[in-house]
Amino acid sequence: MSRPTPLRGVHEALGATLTDFAGWLMPLRYGSESVEHNAVRQAAGLFDLSHMGEIFVTGPQAGEALDYALVGHLSALEPGRARYTMIVNAEGGVLDDLIVYRLAPEEFMVVANASNYAVVAAALAERAKAFDAAVDDRSDRYALIAVQGPRSAEILAMLTDADLDGLKYYAGLPATVAGRPALIARTGYTGEDGFELFIENGDAEPLWAALTDAGEPYGLRPAGLSARDTLRLEAGMPLYGNELSAGLTPFDAGLGRVVRFDKPGDFVGRSALEPLKDVPPSRRRVGLVATGRRVPRHGYPVVADGTVVGEVTSGAPSQSLGRPIAMAYVDNDRAEGLAVDIRGSHEPVEVVDLPFYRRNK
Amino acid sequence: MSSIPDELHYTKEHEWVAGVDDGLTLTVGITAYAAEALGDVVYVQVPEVGASVAAGDAVGEVESTKSVSDIYAPVGGEVIEVNAAVVDDPSLVNSDPYGEGWLFRVRLEGDVDDLLSPEEYTALTSGSES
Repeated sequence: MSRPTPLRGVHEALGATLTDFAGWLMPLRYGSESVEHNAVRQAAGLFDLSHMGEIFVTGPQAGEALDYALVGHLSALEPGRARYTMIVNAEGGVLDDLIVYRLAPEEFMVVANASNYAVVAAALAERAKAFDAAVDDRSDRYALIAVQGPRSAEILAMLTDADLDGLKYYAGLPATVAGRPALIARTGYTGEDGFELFIENGDAEPLWAALTDAGEPYGLRPAGLSARDTLRLEAGMPLYGNELSAGLTPFDAGLGRVVRFDKPGDFVGRSALEPLKDVPPSRRRVGLVATGRRVPRHGYPVVADGTVVGEVTSGAPSQSLGRPIAMAYVDNDRAEGLAVDIRGSHEPVEVVDLPFYRRNK
Repeated sequence: MSSIPDELHYTKEHEWVAGVDDGLTLTVGITAYAAEALGDVVYVQVPEVGASVAAGDAVGEVESTKSVSDIYAPVGGEVIEVNAAVVDDPSLVNSDPYGEGWLFRVRLEGDVDDLLSPEEYTALTSGSES
């Protein structure tokens, strides 16, 4: 049985199509996923992301423990700021991609994917042993609601006195929202401005209701995982299990910038990753735009002259481009004359720079 | 609860068939239940006019944001007409699955086998209906 989030009753009342995702019963869409996608691009969308994991690392050496456990330089992170980073195994394979928030000098919150947080929590506990730091998986206590889209700051401002103008991208701020304690983070997975609210489970329903009311005049709509997936794909953001896996290093994924060899001390994966930093991987992660209307999907072969030269990792019809788009790993020397084998027929695709969509700032 | 019109026949693959009782020309589409399960339909591939199809043949596909499904010929015969409007605007499958969203017409050759009555299709879909 899939686990429900604290907002299950709300989703059911909204008539959502629910789906199992990483062991959780999640809203896939409430009505038309295209309408939800466009609402986030043009106004705002409200997401239940309570399946995400929240793992706290605290103590005098919390920063050093994370420097050792992760590929990033977290001890250098300013309190109140956040960083996109990864946890890898000893071979350099990606165990998960993470956002780490430094809430206080000795308190970090590691946000992990639903499919991985048990693995991440166990690895962090193991890797922090030699440090004066405690690892506490509080995923069961916290719900996560995201408000994403160009109107999201106006909507949230209706419900909080927090200084949203002063809250930078990839920063977090403890605040009160609609009378409830919340950590407001200016982060997201849609390519739009937006906020993620980390809250106690019991506050999820009243906060969802307050945001729904406040957002109504701005065109806020509830949005499900289907829209979330097409939004992040347009934004060129990787999804664990699609673009990222334990069989790939951060360099393979074109995300080697997250590996900070310049930080002090050893870290798990350093010896495996160091030799790779100046070696171009044999395949690179690219964006593909189909010239036809059929959609390249996860697992489909990328072909050139009848030879397989890559594989699609994610694909969907793009609302913003009006054509099917995909991310794929493709052999380095191949950029022209590519096609995707869509159930036996070779459909031409063009290689484009990521992201597919960039918001106007 | 999605609608299941009384005057149609159905298949286990969630297609509807019109005209079984009154002629040789049968119209085929996908059910409201299937359209809802698929989500927004973005691409429809229909068989070619003139194609000879056997019952159970995969003759086209319906693609949505999240998935792609085959369209099967519910009966054997010759494809005599396809819905150009739904190829042009696949969202018709969502907005009017039993009307403007029809897919193709077949001139029946042989017998009609294994189609479901509205009652049988209701039973098929009620187990997982939310």
